[in-house]
Amino acid sequence: MYTETTHDAAHGEHHDHGPAKGLMRWVTTTNHKDIGTLYLWLAFIMLLYGGSMAMIIRLELFQPGLQWVEPHFFNQMTTMHGLVMVFGAIMPAFVGLANWLVPIMIGAPDMALPRMNNWSFWILPFAFTMLASTTFMEGGAPAFGWTFYAPLSTTFAPDTTDFFIFAVHLMGISSVMGAINIIATILNMRAPGMTLMKMPLFVWTWLITAYLLIAVMPVLAGAVTMMLTDRHFGTSFFDAAGGGDPVMFQHIFWFFGHPEVYIMILPAFGIISAIIPTFARKPLFGYSSMVYATASIAILSFMVWAHHMFTTGMPVAGELYFMYATILISVPTGVKVFNWVTTMWKGSMTFETPMLWALGFIVMFTIGGFSGLMLGVAPVDTQYHDTYFVVAHFHYVLVTGALYSIIAAFYYWVPKWTGHMYDEKLGKIHFWWSTIAVNVLFFPQHFVGLAGMPRRIPDYSLQFAEFNMISSIGGFAFGLAQVFFLYIVIKTIKGGEKASAQVWEGATGLEFEHLPSPPPYHSFTEAPPVK
Amino acid sequence: MSPLKLAAIPLLMFGFGFALVPLYDVFCDITGLNGKTGRIEAAEIDANKVDTSRTIEVRFLANTNTGLPWDFQPVVKKMEIHPGQVYEAVFRVRSASDRTTLGQAVPSVSPGLAAQHFNKTECFCFTQQELAGRETRDMPLRFIVGTDISEDIQQITLSYTFFSLDKG
Repeated sequence: MYTETTHDAAHGEHHDHGPAKGLMRWVTTTNHKDIGTLYLWLAFIMLLYGGSMAMIIRLELFQPGLQWVEPHFFNQMTTMHGLVMVFGAIMPAFVGLANWLVPIMIGAPDMALPRMNNWSFWILPFAFTMLASTTFMEGGAPAFGWTFYAPLSTTFAPDTTDFFIFAVHLMGISSVMGAINIIATILNMRAPGMTLMKMPLFVWTWLITAYLLIAVMPVLAGAVTMMLTDRHFGTSFFDAAGGGDPVMFQHIFWFFGHPEVYIMILPAFGIISAIIPTFARKPLFGYSSMVYATASIAILSFMVWAHHMFTTGMPVAGELYFMYATILISVPTGVKVFNWVTTMWKGSMTFETPMLWALGFIVMFTIGGFSGLMLGVAPVDTQYHDTYFVVAHFHYVLVTGALYSIIAAFYYWVPKWTGHMYDEKLGKIHFWWSTIAVNVLFFPQHFVGLAGMPRRIPDYSLQFAEFNMISSIGGFAFGLAQVFFLYIVIKTIKGGEKASAQVWEGATGLEFEHLPSPPPYHSFTEAPPVK
Repeated sequence: MSPLKLAAIPLLMFGFGFALVPLYDVFCDITGLNGKTGRIEAAEIDANKVDTSRTIEVRFLANTNTGLPWDFQPVVKKMEIHPGQVYEAVFRVRSASDRTTLGQAVPSVSPGLAAQHFNKTECFCFTQQELAGRETRDMPLRFIVGTDISEDIQQITLSYTFFSLDKG
């Protein structure tokens, strides 16, 4: 193993014409590692941007009454926070990880379509600049919630909504191009011997996620196009006065929106399935059941969308169907959680920073899963709908779920990427600081939600005051922890203890067995042997 | 799978997004969900098929949407009816505007399961209504509730909302 690594390194250095110099390297690059890095930095910037809007929200909610911002500005903050975090932070971070990892996990020299890869990244900064610029325009940024229900987003929305519509179009084009690239890479560029059922689970989950992306992002593009024509070209898709139906918007939106939530969690499952076996020093339990569970979650995700709409006056037959189908999804998800736990069973576990984040993911994502089950039960959803209980639920699955997996992936693979170990002590501080803060932040929101506090409001009744203050304190602490994370990231890139090729004692996979840390600019120009 | 073949999927799905609009309509039409009412011709009604053993209360609601300065009321607020018999109800609309205004009524039936059995032979909602300035008009509605309607339904609410069709 060791000789192969050194051979590869020497081989790489000999032929390697490294990256171009200067800023143009990043603008014109077609290298999957560069583009992965660009995606991850964009995601981090968006995380801080979306996070700073969350700070404004928590600041206003620190006490009842209106202290800091106008209600209209508050609505812009909740809307933009959601849009930026979903489309700007979580999704690009996963695409960045896919760019970095898929080729070196399957033994490919690069992505299948490197020029398109460059383009699908560079669309995004323009899309988000366009979206963010609406904050400074007359009428303000979108203020109708990240779900932009009609007629709020059509009849009653400001002119700036058109910027939002085209920004969503651009993000959709970027996502679809990225997804096509990933599918083409995985299906056509695996090293000889890397059969589908030998692929690391991160590659499997991304393959399935990419199919979800090309299936539903165009539906979202259709929805915003209908909004655009309703607003300016006299159509009435969502306008009852012209024979349309505003509830139709919700059906089309959630036909996209529900698979979208699995787009944001399936790659996380792949990351956790890579990290747990390494630090338990046992192979993953139930590999093939993981693959089938991922595929069944993806298929089921297309059949449950109306559980977001239980209170629209759906007939009982519809409520029953969507309730049962929704609860069915907990079966494959449960398979995954049990497989992770079984992988750890009797393993020789150690608790380095990536493992801590992965364990945090399993525990807290499961909490979010359980509150999701509660919300899936139609008769009680009538009480929970549009309350802070929903906010608590989706932040547990998206922050302590998706975001935790991304941070776990950073700590797990950053020694491979940079050749430097991160500072273990700082990493652990980052984990415990974030984990305590995030629970102080989101756990009380379950209680205020059950007690009836509606979401998306700048002011609230006095009985919710204590819990909101606790929540805000947790929020500020969690926000600060991510600035600390920025420091750790920069410190690790600049230097640190030298990482070995394998990095972790129990790590397996082509990227750890056949490439030095950091890998050469062009890796696997010759396909590695696959056992 | 080649990238070009893959690219066909998003194009198809973009079209599918638009196809969802008529698909949902067809789905609601077949199942009678969404409170859409039926329309039948007067000649199709069988006068001998009146079920006098059952009485159903029909309530009428009338609303106008923003932007239409009309006062819109049912003349009779509720009726007791037998399934299978044709009834007539009258709605009165009065324009508060000096100008000519144009509106369209959109019906909705509750409970939704009753909608597919609620058929109209004549309705002011079939066409656009144009009112001259300050005009008052009585508009008829002829309807029949099918005899095959579920025994569980003892009360039906028919709601109309008038939407403005004036441009600008």
